[in-house]
Amino acid sequence: MMDPAPPKDVIDIPDADYGDIPRATLLDLYHYVRLTREVELQLINLFKQSKVVGGLYPGYGHEATTVGTALALGPDDVLLPLHRDLGAHLARRQPAKFIFAQYMGKATSPTHGKDGNVHLANPELNIVGCISHIGAMLPVAVGISYAGRLLGKSVVTMSYVGDGGSSIGEVHEALNFAAVLNVPFVLVVENNRFAYSTPVDRQYKVRHISDRAAGYGMVGDRVDGNNVLAVYAAARRAVERGRRGEGPTMLECETVRMLGHSVHDAAKYVPPELIEAGRRRDPVARYESYLLRKGVLQPAEVEDWTRRLHREVAEAVEWAEQSPLPEPADAGRGVFAEPGEGACLH
Amino acid sequence: MPVLTYLEAISQALREEMRRDPAVVCLGEDIGAYGGAFKITEGFQQEFGEERVLDTPMAESSIVGMAIGMALRGLRPVAEMQFADFISLAFNQLVNNAATLHYRFGFKVPLVVRCPSGGGVHGGPFHSQNPEGFFFHAAGLKIVAPATAADAKGLLKAAIRDDNPVLYMEHKYLYRRVRDEVPAEDFVVPLGQAAVRRPGRDVTLVGYGSTVGMSLEAAARLATQGLEAEVVDLRSLVPMDLETVLGSVRRTHRAVVTHEDRRRGGIGAEVAAEIAEQALEHLDAPVVRVAALDTPVPFSPPLEQFFLPSAEKIVEAARRVARY
Repeated sequence: MMDPAPPKDVIDIPDADYGDIPRATLLDLYHYVRLTREVELQLINLFKQSKVVGGLYPGYGHEATTVGTALALGPDDVLLPLHRDLGAHLARRQPAKFIFAQYMGKATSPTHGKDGNVHLANPELNIVGCISHIGAMLPVAVGISYAGRLLGKSVVTMSYVGDGGSSIGEVHEALNFAAVLNVPFVLVVENNRFAYSTPVDRQYKVRHISDRAAGYGMVGDRVDGNNVLAVYAAARRAVERGRRGEGPTMLECETVRMLGHSVHDAAKYVPPELIEAGRRRDPVARYESYLLRKGVLQPAEVEDWTRRLHREVAEAVEWAEQSPLPEPADAGRGVFAEPGEGACLH
Repeated sequence: MPVLTYLEAISQALREEMRRDPAVVCLGEDIGAYGGAFKITEGFQQEFGEERVLDTPMAESSIVGMAIGMALRGLRPVAEMQFADFISLAFNQLVNNAATLHYRFGFKVPLVVRCPSGGGVHGGPFHSQNPEGFFFHAAGLKIVAPATAADAKGLLKAAIRDDNPVLYMEHKYLYRRVRDEVPAEDFVVPLGQAAVRRPGRDVTLVGYGSTVGMSLEAAARLATQGLEAEVVDLRSLVPMDLETVLGSVRRTHRAVVTHEDRRRGGIGAEVAAEIAEQALEHLDAPVVRVAALDTPVPFSPPLEQFFLPSAEKIVEAARRVARY
């Protein structure tokens, strides 16, 4: 499959203090940013073969933001990803085959075809999928963290909005609730500079979205969203802050939306210089280059990884393609939970 | 058996459920320290603590959103809208989020939203609404509307124990005006079960919430005119017990459906359509609806009286179908 935005002249991840990150985690981060890219490229490929039902909203370029944040959570924490957060799903161990089954509307998708693209959950992995209305999951996240605390557990919730979504009223309500109730909630603001065709200077007046955090009485932070180590370190700080009972964090990750809003969108409104800057800061290429430079990985291991990922993703696609479509009459089932049957977060 | 007001019955049900199950929590504006705008949660914070009786900031969509999250994570939240009218702010959370979480993801959402609804209290357009119609049309929300104090207790318990989102339409006008025997012990009124409040052979009067009392009053007046009306209290709007309604119509052959919500596209239209579709051969007259005008709720008493249904309007409708 052809990479639609191949990186060129990659700008290195700066040497900095990213906290003490064990090698296993460095490799986890590597695995998931690569897996995310690989799944994304396969999805684009499948879309071009008309094997994807409906739309495809690529998160190409968001890998560091989505993987770096989601990997900072523990198993009892809860992830509420949005439509461009494929990397968050995968980093949380959502099986890639479920992603493909979702996009193909198959009966074996976690939603059994009831919803599509990245609108999927996984109660065992403590993932709650979203609805299309941006911001709607934020008060839900606040409630989940609050419930955890009432039940005597530390449950950090993490959810996402984009630069566009940050304008929605419910986002402000939820941040206010989170601050007043002092819950461990991390809001990742994926600032990729465009909300569909709307550039940020038509979206907000503040210089940085995270500047608003002070207005809610909560902590705001801002990082290079194309540097997975910076993202991971900042996400860890936010999660730990929540665990210590010090409340919510707004973490703005600055990135670039490399492809259109959806694959149908040629995105001619995005200045080519921005795409070029994004290409040079490709999160996957930069991180791989960093790990090679630091000797965490050897070139042979990189090749090995590539082979394994191709195989893993090919198997996932195969599984989804072989899966049946749902029974038509299933459309009328499952509106309500029967007693004792519905799933719960844990 | 103890006699309680409708309001006391709601409070008692909520208190008993909170004692019975530590997962039951309340949230809303002014419900904790203040005891609630209608004092239904008076004393609750002292008994159950601030965490289980949570005073929230003012944002109805986030109150419901937060309650959804609490429900997903193992609590059984009872969110209060200070007035049912404000539920419009939570429309998205209810209709798109709460209502679809099981269908799409298999989660249970054991959430109750208490909605002090209804007019006749000089509340004007935004403190008198009966918004159940908007949510009746959604897929994935259950709705109950008690008319008696006993049902206020039993239906709230059932709603709290249901693993699905339930809108509980508590009618403000009935708070202190309805008073009846309420069993002291633990009991539930199952969702999806209507009740025949008065047997009769000449016409079926269907109602819920405030219109059950009106229908009973109408039935008393009709009896003096030689017409025996059967009054069916729906109690539960989703799921709705149509069988009881149809069974009644098959015997009386005439039906009048009354609700305080507006006429156009109100729940009465659904009941009328179902009767026509499933019992046409039993009908001797068209099904007639008595409902509020298709206007916002007006404020000044003569306007509001004209707007609202009444026993008199039900009597008139019943006589019309009897004469057909």
